[in-house]
Parts: sequence; structure tokens; C-alpha cells
Amino acid sequence: MEEKNILTVRNLEVSYKKKAVGLFGGKERVSVLKGVSFDIRRGEILGLVGESGCGKSTLARAVLGMVRPDRGEVYHASEFPQMVFQDPYGSLNPAKKIGWILEEPLRLRSGLGREERRKRVEEMLYKVGLDPACRDRYPAQLSGGQRQRVAIAAALMLSPGLLIADEPVSALDVTVQAQILELLQQLHEEMGISILFISHDLRVVYRLCGRVMIMQGGEILEAGEAEKVYFSPEHAYTRSLLEAAGLLQ
Amino acid sequence: MHNLNMTAGSLITGFLLLAIITGIFYTPYDPEAMDASARFAGISLAHPMGCDNFGRDILSRILEGSRTTLAVALCTVAIGTVCGVLLGAFTGYYGGWLDEILMRINDALFAFPSLLLALTLIGLLGPGRSNMTAALGISFIPSFARIVRSEFLKNSKLDYVRSARLQGAGNLRIMFVHILPNTLPVLMSAVMIGFNNAVLAEAGMSYLGIGVQPPEPSLGRMLSEAQSYLFTAPGYALFPGLFIILMVLGFGLLGEGIAEKGGRHG
Repeated sequence: MEEKNILTVRNLEVSYKKKAVGLFGGKERVSVLKGVSFDIRRGEILGLVGESGCGKSTLARAVLGMVRPDRGEVYHASEFPQMVFQDPYGSLNPAKKIGWILEEPLRLRSGLGREERRKRVEEMLYKVGLDPACRDRYPAQLSGGQRQRVAIAAALMLSPGLLIADEPVSALDVTVQAQILELLQQLHEEMGISILFISHDLRVVYRLCGRVMIMQGGEILEAGEAEKVYFSPEHAYTRSLLEAAGLLQ
Repeated sequence: MHNLNMTAGSLITGFLLLAIITGIFYTPYDPEAMDASARFAGISLAHPMGCDNFGRDILSRILEGSRTTLAVALCTVAIGTVCGVLLGAFTGYYGGWLDEILMRINDALFAFPSLLLALTLIGLLGPGRSNMTAALGISFIPSFARIVRSEFLKNSKLDYVRSARLQGAGNLRIMFVHILPNTLPVLMSAVMIGFNNAVLAEAGMSYLGIGVQPPEPSLGRMLSEAQSYLFTAPGYALFPGLFIILMVLGFGLLGEGIAEKGGRHG
């Protein structure tokens, strides 16, 4: 494992059990990731692009240990890698106040006292551009964009080295999308976190990411500097994606 | 924020609780003292609800009997809720073979009407107040377990649970600190409905003579004794019946009110 990488993934293979047909239906498995290898360097934003169903989310889950891989290795060089989910309606506990949600990682993983935790929450709310008075609100009382800010704040409470953002702006309107992207960019610069940014939207990825990986059918087709992938794509599939997005003449 | 169910439910339940608490410290007469001269006494200033076949003051017996009925109902619901929540939480959260086994047993119990199940258990344990409470409590577990399980199943697939796990929360913490509060609106209205069923079941059991034993009064016990004297002393059946209705109505409205409030919040 190289020191400059915050995450190293080698030959990752994941398959799901197909739903059994009938009582004695076969235990067929569907292969979702077919030997994926990549690295995320310290302090970079790596984009992962692919159409839905290509295994992007499975990759994120396997990297974070939510799915057990069949084969392959995942090395984390950071503590407590965190995730921001697509749907900010489901990723915040509806029964808890924002302050409680943001304090929870500190309660679990830091020895901080109550006062210190409250202070950290206030600082973090400020950092993600929310009014500290949000602390006493429930998720249902916030807008989609505000909720996604809270979800990002919750993921950053423990200052993780790596943040995996799985389609974090796909559920938001365009204007709010731009604000959240700006926030991610700004937090990346301020805190030096590495981000794996997963999206199906090539334009969004180009705005944010230095390097890009193109994924299709559980495999990474091509990877490299964003400029190179966008302006001289090697693979026909990449070219068709770019054409579909109107980015290639 | 106008919640008529909540207001009416709290008023009725408040009135009942007040009566029951008063009954602990003061009843006009000794509920078990017999007075041959006052047999079937009608409504009067001395006996506001009249007297029964042994000349016992009905008001005093209702005050004490409501307390018995309430205590049995509360214990029953407590047994059903605590065991149901534990069962439902573990099966819904973990799934797998534990879920399969426990839920098939649950289905088997669920297939019995809960009163029949309680009757069977009393047949094994013998009649009496505490045996009846235990039997009713056990017969309530399957329905609570099923409700709680489906809520846990639904919630355990949501991203907030995944996110809690990433933050380092253990399974027990996720189940009882993160998920449980989300099941409360559904659970609370189930508890209220369960409470009503328990009141009615206590009355039914005591009516059949296998619940609270004489001379201790309970609302159901009094109703069962009153049926022989329905024409001689209609008040004897009327007043305990009225209190049962009030108790069921009060908690029922309260349950509706809580569900309404929960729905509005979410």
C-alpha cells in the first residue's frame, strides 16, 4: 500500500444472490463488480461515472464494508471513512433533532463532554452554511438542500480522511445542486478530505473532480485526468456518454 | 392545532384516573362490607348508585373495581408491549433464520383468537387475578411483535441506519436508540388499542368467573354478578358497564389523538 493513497482497492468482486424461483430454485448469483481496482490519492476528488445499474453504489458499499465482497482487497489509510447518501430524506433519522444527529458520531467515537460536543456541532453547522438554530429542528422541518448540508455535516463530524458521496446532488433541484457542489469543493479545500464522488451526471463530475473513472457493467473502462478523459476519450462507451451529454462534438 | 380526539380522550381518562385515585384513599363505604338492610337499595343520597344483592355500596365497589380492572389492563399491555417490542425488534432487524422461526411460532399463536389463547393458558395456570394478567399479557405478544417487526424491517433498510453503522453505532444502540423512537407513533396507538382490548378481556374473563375472584371487585366481576338481577336492580349492571365504556372510550380517543398527532408530525 502506497502512502500517498487514502484508499486502495484491488480486484474487488461482488455478486448478489438472485432471487430463487420456486421452492427449489437455483442459487444463481449475479456478478455486479467484476474485478475492480483503483486508488484514491490523499486530498483528491475522484469522480466515478456510469449509468444506473452499472455497480457504482455497490462499489461504494463494498468499499465501506456494507457489502461482503467475494474476492479482492480494500485498504483504508484513513479512520472512519464516511458516506453521504443520495436521498437526504432517508439518511437523517426523522425522530431526532439535527443537534442530536450531529452529536451522535462524537458520542460514539470521541471522548468529548457534552459542552465540547455542542460547540463542535455549532462550528460544523456554521461550516456547512446552516444557522446554528437548526440544532433544535427536526429533519422534516428543513428543505432538501438544508438536509443534504446536515448529512454532509454529520459525515464530517469525525474529520474522516475519506468521504464517499453517492449521487449526493441527484435528488436536488439544479440551483441547490450548484450550492451543494460548491460546499463540497470548499470543504475539500478547507479540510483536505479526499472524496469519491459518484454520479451519472458528466457535467457535475467535470466541475468537481480532478480525476475520473468511467464504469460500465461492473468494470472500470477507463480512468485518468478529467481533461484527458473528457477531451480525448479512449473508449467508445466513454465517447457515447459524452455525446449523450452534449459534451463532445 | 385542534385535536378533538386528544382533548376528549384526555378529559374522559383524566376523570376516570381521578375517580380511581380517590378510591385508593377514600370510598364512601367499605367495598366488601355487606348490609342486609340495604339489599338492592335504589339510587339515594346515601348510596348514589344503589346497592347490590349483598347490600354492598355500588359506588364504593366501582371505585375499587376500576382500579383492579385498570391495573390488570396496564400489566397486560406492559407484558405484551415489552415482550412484543423485544421480539419484533430482533426479528425485524436481524431477519434470517431467527426471524423465520420466531415469526412462524408467532403466526401459530396469531391464528388463535387471543381470548381463546388466554383461556387455554388459564386452563393450565388456574384462575385468579395474576394468572389472568399473565395469560392475557402473553396472548397480546404476537400482535405487538408483528407490528414492531414490520416497523423495524422498514426502518433497518433506510440510509440513516447505514449511516449510524458507519459512524460506529452498535446493533443494540441502532435498534433501541435510533430505530425505536421512529416506531413510537405506530406503537403508541397499538398500545392504546391493546389497552382497550385488555379492559374488555378482563371484564370477559371475570364475567366467566376465571379472572378476579370474589369478593374482590372488578368491573367485569360486578357485571357478571349483576346479570342475575338485571330487572330487580338495573343500576347494578348499568354503572359498572358505564365505567367500562368510559375507560375504553377514553383510551380509544387518546390513541386516535396520538396517531393523529404523530401523522401530522411526520
